[in-house]
Amino acid sequence: MQVKSMADFLASGETPEILFWVGCAGSFDQRAQKITKAFATILHKVGISYAILGKEEMCTGDPARRAGNEFLFQMMAYQNIQLLNNYGIKKIVTTCPHCFNIFKNEYPQLGGSYDIIHHTTFLQSLIDDGKIKLTDAHAFKGKKITYHDSCYLGRGNGIYEAPRKVLEALDAELVEMKRCGKKGLCCGAGGAQMFKEEEPGNKRVNFERTEEAIETGSEIVAAACPFCNTMLTDGVKAVEKEAEVKVYDIAELIAASMNDV
Amino acid sequence: MQLAQQILFIILAGVALWLFIKKAKFINRNIKLGRDENFEPDPGRWRNVLLMAFGQKRMFDNPFVAVLHFILYAGFTIINIEILEIVLDGIFGTHRLFAPYLGSFYTFVINFFEILAFLVLASCIIFLLRRNTVKVPRLNMNELNGWPRNDANYILFFEIILMSLFLLMNSSDKALQIRGYGYYGEVQTANFWVSGIITPLFQNFTTPALVVLERTAWWLHIAGIFIFLNYLPYSKHLHIILAFPNTYYTWLKPQGEMLNMPEIQKEVLYAMQPETVPTDAAVEQPKKFGAKDVFDLSWKNLLDAYTCTECGRCTAACPANQTGKLLSPRKIMMDTRDRMEVVGYNIDKNKEYADDGKTLLHDYITTEELWACTSCQACVQVCPVLIDPLNIINQLKRYLALEESNQPAEWNAMYSNIENNFAPWKFSPDERDKWAEEMNTPS
Repeated sequence: MQVKSMADFLASGETPEILFWVGCAGSFDQRAQKITKAFATILHKVGISYAILGKEEMCTGDPARRAGNEFLFQMMAYQNIQLLNNYGIKKIVTTCPHCFNIFKNEYPQLGGSYDIIHHTTFLQSLIDDGKIKLTDAHAFKGKKITYHDSCYLGRGNGIYEAPRKVLEALDAELVEMKRCGKKGLCCGAGGAQMFKEEEPGNKRVNFERTEEAIETGSEIVAAACPFCNTMLTDGVKAVEKEAEVKVYDIAELIAASMNDV
Repeated sequence: MQLAQQILFIILAGVALWLFIKKAKFINRNIKLGRDENFEPDPGRWRNVLLMAFGQKRMFDNPFVAVLHFILYAGFTIINIEILEIVLDGIFGTHRLFAPYLGSFYTFVINFFEILAFLVLASCIIFLLRRNTVKVPRLNMNELNGWPRNDANYILFFEIILMSLFLLMNSSDKALQIRGYGYYGEVQTANFWVSGIITPLFQNFTTPALVVLERTAWWLHIAGIFIFLNYLPYSKHLHIILAFPNTYYTWLKPQGEMLNMPEIQKEVLYAMQPETVPTDAAVEQPKKFGAKDVFDLSWKNLLDAYTCTECGRCTAACPANQTGKLLSPRKIMMDTRDRMEVVGYNIDKNKEYADDGKTLLHDYITTEELWACTSCQACVQVCPVLIDPLNIINQLKRYLALEESNQPAEWNAMYSNIENNFAPWKFSPDERDKWAEEMNTPS
């Protein structure tokens, strides 16, 4: 397979159906790269013509804005919007809820309006349209899966259903944590906490959340955000449960169920 | 005697109203110390008022508390219709002015009020017990020590006393009706459902003693209401009024959206495209970015602060607070209100604000609190009256970053990575699509 960039498309005079905005975590973080690869594989197998920005993609500015540095955010936003508008981008899919939120709610006021879709919603529509065929749908049959709501997907943008619908397609047993949906507990990474030590307290937020996930007795904790994924993976490691409990992105679960296509 | 009572009543009512208006003006002025922010009319605003303020939708996450609170609120508000008659009786020296006009419907209405009064009384007792014996964590935090904790109890006591006086007034009135004494005898109502239960207890009372009892209950009840009216603006109970404008003016944006700073957007545009700089740009005033004190916050933030009931649902939902961090969204709101009151009295005393060497940021709210926020919006999601503590937190963080360049060292590193490597980590931009190269099969 070939992952083509916008520059590649432009050189061949073609236009992709959709732009895959990978995000910084998805691009650089070793764990998150697997999510990116899983999602790219799905796009490839489904036969969607998509592009990435490749080396031209930049941080959306979300962590800077949440930390308070509006100036740096505006700089990044300006550059990204220029780039996207120059390419004439209309439709974007992303595996990162933070990038999603910025594109959906914050770039439009700065001159960057795109049809932005989070990968869980995208996967749901592909399943609904019968474009994703889970040939190995029984890979997770009967397994207990719990879904951790990302704040920027759930509370931030009201997307609670799509990720759960996708998981239901896996024929697994979906169990909810005590705090779920609009009451879901944060993983601890938001607000640029990902990039700093926690303030003094008596527990790490990700440990609190991971304990709750483990209490459900699930073998799989499903996430829809690369940062949540890191936080929960760390939480599982902290209690040495790596063998029993796995943290996966929803895209990885779907990709694993499409093995034989 | 009757005339003296009328005059006394008019003076009492006048003073109560005057004091209340004075304090209301003080609060209104304080809220207007905030920055201008435009709130376009939208049908969604009335929807919020109906669902959240009238309907108390979010309270129903806990149905037990919601039902009790709804009884308390609806009961207390509806019973206050009776005040219209009491006030008119007080002014004109009449007794149960509406009774002859409404006939048997009058007894029905009073009975309805009595049942509500009983339910309010019961709810208040349950809430008092819950607050003081059952250790609900959010109602037993250190930030409530002192006035906030007492305030909550005073309100409940007050309502219990008012409802008891209302019932006592009706029961002694009925006892006098039965004896056909004076003007009490002229207005014969049917038996009262709730206060009727205690009426027989007065059988052995002398008629003058009964009149004193009825008059005392009547006077204490109406005086109590006037006092309570003036207690409201000093109390968390102010939400009974401000919940309505606050739900109307709440931001209608998606919760995930952080408000834009057009002034910085413009700065960046000028830096990137110098040709867009207007030629008369020199007249621009130096601006302050973010918020350091209550003056820098939006007036809606300040309305939020006066609306806060200190229920602590926000703090109970906060991931930072749950894991022992210093941050408490409720404290952010209480601090903002406290600071606003101090600034308000300062202005009243000195004609205009005289610098007291204090600011909301640092003196009331510390960086440790602000930097514990994960911007998860749980506090915003849960507030029954649509207060947005995150909005204040974000503005204070913006001041720290933009004016003081004050942040944890790791954030400095993150900023410089974003600036130089276009990612929050120190990776080369050239490696951004390494994953793609790894996937590509040689063609």
